Amino acid sequence: MEKTVTLQDSGAIDTQTLDINIGPQHPSTHGVFRMNMKLDGETVVSLKPVMGYLHRNHEQIAENMFYLGSMPYTDRLDYFNSMTNNFVYALTVEKLAQIEVPERADYIRVIMSELTRLVNHVSVTGFLLNDLGAFFTPVLYAFRERERILDIFEEVSGARMMCNYFRFGGVKYDLSGEALVAIKDVVSRFPKFLDEYEKLLTKNEILCMRCQNVGILSPELAISASITGPMLRASGVNYDIRKVDNYSIYDRFKFRVPLGKVGDVYDRYYVRILEMRESLKILEQALKEIPAGEIMAKKMAPFVKAPRNFKPPLGESYARVEAPKGELGIYIVSDGTPQPWRYHVRAPSFINLTILEDLCVGHKVADAVVILGSVDIVLGEVDR
Amino acid sequence: MDQLFVGIKTALLSMLGTFMPDWLVTVHSVLISATGIAIFGPLTMMYLTLIERKVVARMQNRLGPNRVGKFGLLQPVADGIKMLTKEDIVPYKADKLLHLLAPITIVVPALMVFAVLPFGRGMIAADLNVGILYFLAVSSTTTISIFIAGWGSHNKFALLGAMRAVAQMVSYEVPMVLSLVPALMIAGSLSTGAIVAAQAERWFAFTPWGFVAFIIFYLCGVAEVNRSPFDLAEAESEIVAGFHTEYSGMKFALFYMAEFMNTFTISALAATIFLGGWHGPFLPSWFWFLLKTYILIFVMIWFRGTLPRLRIDQLMGLAWKFLLPMALVNVVVAGFWYMSSGVIRTFGSIACLVVAFMVLTALNRPYVPEKREYTFAEN
Repeated sequence: MEKTVTLQDSGAIDTQTLDINIGPQHPSTHGVFRMNMKLDGETVVSLKPVMGYLHRNHEQIAENMFYLGSMPYTDRLDYFNSMTNNFVYALTVEKLAQIEVPERADYIRVIMSELTRLVNHVSVTGFLLNDLGAFFTPVLYAFRERERILDIFEEVSGARMMCNYFRFGGVKYDLSGEALVAIKDVVSRFPKFLDEYEKLLTKNEILCMRCQNVGILSPELAISASITGPMLRASGVNYDIRKVDNYSIYDRFKFRVPLGKVGDVYDRYYVRILEMRESLKILEQALKEIPAGEIMAKKMAPFVKAPRNFKPPLGESYARVEAPKGELGIYIVSDGTPQPWRYHVRAPSFINLTILEDLCVGHKVADAVVILGSVDIVLGEVDR
Repeated sequence: MDQLFVGIKTALLSMLGTFMPDWLVTVHSVLISATGIAIFGPLTMMYLTLIERKVVARMQNRLGPNRVGKFGLLQPVADGIKMLTKEDIVPYKADKLLHLLAPITIVVPALMVFAVLPFGRGMIAADLNVGILYFLAVSSTTTISIFIAGWGSHNKFALLGAMRAVAQMVSYEVPMVLSLVPALMIAGSLSTGAIVAAQAERWFAFTPWGFVAFIIFYLCGVAEVNRSPFDLAEAESEIVAGFHTEYSGMKFALFYMAEFMNTFTISALAATIFLGGWHGPFLPSWFWFLLKTYILIFVMIWFRGTLPRLRIDQLMGLAWKFLLPMALVNVVVAGFWYMSSGVIRTFGSIACLVVAFMVLTALNRPYVPEKREYTFAEN
């Protein structure tokens, strides 16, 4: 990477920096995010992320709501991946109340969260290309596949995006035979799509030019800023909560964790592609092994009809999952009443966003937008 | 068929000649050509928007506009009505005069350059003996209008877009003009009509220097009209809409109109100078001309549907470090071609160009993609 010498550095001409607000209304801030930038010509001198435009009081609402009542609200955290949000909430409460989940339900949960990962990663690579200036073609290719998966979600849970599918102790509806066939169909044709997608993008010279060695995140900074998810792994740190925690039944599946070396935008893009291939492996295994049986824990049977009566014992619990964007965790303190006393979300988008300035300074405006795209944020989760 | 439009015009003029003095007939001759262009230009623009949307949609697994009229054929009309009825918003602190002036001054040159395009045999509004120079001079004033728009809007995005546009258009003008020099040298004239006539036997694109010049000219043309992958001046994902961020309604439509008419004229000029203009067998000459032009336009739309955008420094590097030296070498090669004959002239010039290309790419290829290897952790 060449060091950019600006006019200001050389002292030849007296220039001024330009303050510019990218967002909250801007085509490529992925929602109502705002970046206060100082520009010297086109080079970013400083960048301050401003958040909170989509604050909806998620945590406070959950504290005034019976436990199951917050489940639909978790859908709206990261509205691209409602399944994993449901997953982490269910896990937290199950940990709190010590509920055992039936095996079939566990398999369904894993299948759904891996499908969600496919949806997220495929769209985020598409959006990244949009930020790079490709005129919607990659994102529409990606959406073609995403639609197929959303159709499955609709068949399974009744909703395409706001699934509200998981319950404490299991899942809401059983997987029908047709749904299983549809999932198998998606899984079998997805690698072909990925090959096509990669053929069009991965070695594209403009993409390499724009992405390689841009926005490099060192593993040290990544760890000290507690970055998680594909962003951390693109910097070469081997940390995948599916492997570290082995939550649910992830210890039963064989899959690998792809790691980048440089930690630039290109690595973040490619690690996601590789993760999709690994997710497909998990899906294949899960679809092969899925057993018949109950989908709801016996202990929770009385609360299916009357969820307001559910009172977990006194205590606290924190559960985390490897959401597509990173470590998604929920912390709950229960005082034995039907409402949680404290409810807190550890949102990966929000924490991954904290280092945006370190990544962007010294690059051009165009790069800052691409770096933001590669961080992969959803404002519903950042602002909660 | 070939002389259809020319025939209509002469018939009209001879009819007028029966009762009008000669000088009035001359005035009418000018008026008829001008009216023709004034109708043809905007009409082309309207349907280019539709063609672009349809073609890009096809590339993206979509249908594109298909609700208004059969196959969406009336979509441009609907768009036009919408644009006309939209509120015209002028920012509070904008320079009102410049804000109004920019969309007008950008359309005028876009229409003026139609005058020197030979649409068919004898179908040229004004066969100036400095046609190419006129085209380049008039079309380069677009830069000023864009900067007026950016400056007058009192908006930082618009200003950034305008500065990008000026830097880009001024840089790309240089290799673009130089790439035309060989064709002018061989044809020995600046008149578009004479250049087309010089290609009666062989299109310039089929000579070594002509081929290189054609590619350079076409790339620069794409950059000149601010189209993807060189659409930095209106890069949606970075600076919202660039220089026309603060324009709405018909003023915005005028920018759009200028952009599409420029797309057409640049493609038409490339077809005229390198692809033999209206020369072609069997079919009417104007049909050949339009066919070649639309093929070039299709390629531009294809670019837009498939390529990501370059960054400003990469864009400048391409113009100054690669296209400009290549165009200069090409001028010398064209001279060599003109002076020599036989086998040596073909092979000599091809060898020269290939060596120049390899040296230039070896010296400053903008970016060599790194081969990355990814490790997998098993647990």
